[in-house]
Amino acid sequence: MAKKIVIDPLTRIEGHGKITIHVGDDGMVNNAFFHIGQVRGFEKLCEGRPFYEMPSLMARICGICPVSHLMASAKACDALMGVRIPEPGANLRRIMNLAQIIQSHALSFFHLSSPDLLLGMDADPQTRNIFGLMAANPGVARDGIRLRQYGQEIVESLGGKRIHPAWVVPGGVNAPLSVEQRDRILSLIPEGIDVILRTLGWFKRGLEKYREEIRVFGNFPTMFLGMVSASAGLGFYGDGWLRIVDSTGNIVADHVDPRTYQDFLGEAVEPWTYLKFPYYKPLGYPEGIYRVGPLARLNLVNHCGSPLADQEFAEFRTLERGAVLSSFHYHYARLIEILFCLEKMEQLLHHKDILSKHVRAFAAPNNDEGIGVAEAPRGTLIHHYKIDDQGRIIWANLIIATGHNNLAMNRAVLQVARRFVDGNKLQEGMLNRVEAVIRAYDPCLSCSTHAVGQMPLTIDLVGPEGEVLDQLRR
Amino acid sequence: MSKVRLATVWLDGCSGCHMSLLDMDERLVEIADKVEIVYSPLVDNKEFPQEVDITLVEGAIGNVEDEEKIKMIRQRTKTLVSLGDCAVTGNVPSMRNTCGAKAVLERVYLENVTLQPQIPSESVPALRSRVCPVREVVKVDVFVPGCPPSADTIHALLVGLLSGSVPDISLLSRFGA
Ligand code: SF4
Repeated sequence: MAKKIVIDPLTRIEGHGKITIHVGDDGMVNNAFFHIGQVRGFEKLCEGRPFYEMPSLMARICGICPVSHLMASAKACDALMGVRIPEPGANLRRIMNLAQIIQSHALSFFHLSSPDLLLGMDADPQTRNIFGLMAANPGVARDGIRLRQYGQEIVESLGGKRIHPAWVVPGGVNAPLSVEQRDRILSLIPEGIDVILRTLGWFKRGLEKYREEIRVFGNFPTMFLGMVSASAGLGFYGDGWLRIVDSTGNIVADHVDPRTYQDFLGEAVEPWTYLKFPYYKPLGYPEGIYRVGPLARLNLVNHCGSPLADQEFAEFRTLERGAVLSSFHYHYARLIEILFCLEKMEQLLHHKDILSKHVRAFAAPNNDEGIGVAEAPRGTLIHHYKIDDQGRIIWANLIIATGHNNLAMNRAVLQVARRFVDGNKLQEGMLNRVEAVIRAYDPCLSCSTHAVGQMPLTIDLVGPEGEVLDQLRR
Repeated sequence: MSKVRLATVWLDGCSGCHMSLLDMDERLVEIADKVEIVYSPLVDNKEFPQEVDITLVEGAIGNVEDEEKIKMIRQRTKTLVSLGDCAVTGNVPSMRNTCGAKAVLERVYLENVTLQPQIPSESVPALRSRVCPVREVVKVDVFVPGCPPSADTIHALLVGLLSGSVPDISLLSRFGA
């Protein structure tokens, strides 16, 4: 008799989702789906609003990576005004963006995933969380809290507020950097580097324990897509170009202008989730599967662009001969990116013009269409607006980082379910692994739209007519 | 003394209010000492338990499941807190009320699409025609405005509630802050 296992709500991920696993008569997994069930419709509700409100409004898409939305949105507005913003303003935006990536990656790694890594995938679900970690391993919990705090404090010291700061505006930023602010931020960096190096140390030493997870956690060939910097290193602010590599690490497309995204990215809809499925048009759907985010970026770039991160990067790339394919290594890549962000921030803060008062360009709109692209913590983020002659938004399209990974996350869930879930003898730890692979991708479901169906974990035994014959609760 | 049973939920919001909760940073450790987190996106319990002392609600009521869920939560919670502007007023999610859910769905799933345009309807909850704040569906005991309320505000709120009183947070937070 066919069974459907429902994991709902998924926990320790950012936003709400659920997973259904379809199990055949023999207890084997036949199929699995990752559903997202909420829409707020920013693409529509922004219509009629003045374009200069967009950064503040669009930041509210997501409380975890509001700064990424600020970046992409403000860049789309710069394009509407047709201005090139003063370089010090761009550098200040970059610093805030790096700070946010630190906090978002720290949240994903420490607060959400490290309980699985340190307490174990099969640990007691009652304590398998950041609070349990505070008791069992207070040093690591504290490191995580502090690292996230550094990121948030830097965002706050620049923008006056940790979440949804109003400082990033069309044309630049609305206040220059003071000496005190600069010195305050610089003073946080060394301790941040200590924490992340310590973390990379224990993470790498522990990898051996997770050999089986590494083997099946979304480990399959796909393409990888993302922005690289002007020197083909890591560039989160998105002023280089877009690159796509295949699973062997060969470049499929390079020097692509991200503003032409509609030429090569399509979006498909499936009836069972509110999250759309972007795909690479030349290969069609679903063959045009690709991944974005930390793992993708480290597979794309020639180097990171800062000394310590480059050492780690060289070691990372020896994991596999072509691209690194296991999605478990999103965690690893995330840690290396945190290190890069800290080093890069320091470089930017020492820039000779960083205290300049020229941080904003003013103009009325000069174009009726604008596209802004940035690398969010989770991958490439695209904001695309059209305005009328009064500067009011008449149309918007957003491609959100988590969306790009939708095909890959669904495939990963199926891969892990097939390996670990036994429909005849269900155990909690099996299901936690299915959730853990989703955590590796660090999806941001607030960003995507987001799901709500928060019912307990139930396992239904369904008859041929769909009637529920038996039910099991976690 | 038994620990206070605390729950946190997110409905139609952006998770920013939950992030602001985490922004208490090391004060989290001290709060975690005094409470038992019985349900939250940050822990793995899948079922909202009975007899919860305090529930912090982020987000507005946007779809039919939000509505069912908040009614169940109300029954099981002593002190229900609307945390943040979305829960208090509807805020950004309720901006779609001017055009309606249908127009939103059509734009996202029929127009801005390359392949298989269709409005998802299997295994996903239907949107309500109108987004509304929590208090339109159930009685709310404490309102905390802010988008999001700052970590200091949330800290003051929790310290007060844990000592058995409802603190005056009107000087700490305001709408949109
Ligand atoms: S009140 Fe603001 S921060 Fe809180 S969920 Fe709503 S939009 Fe996000």
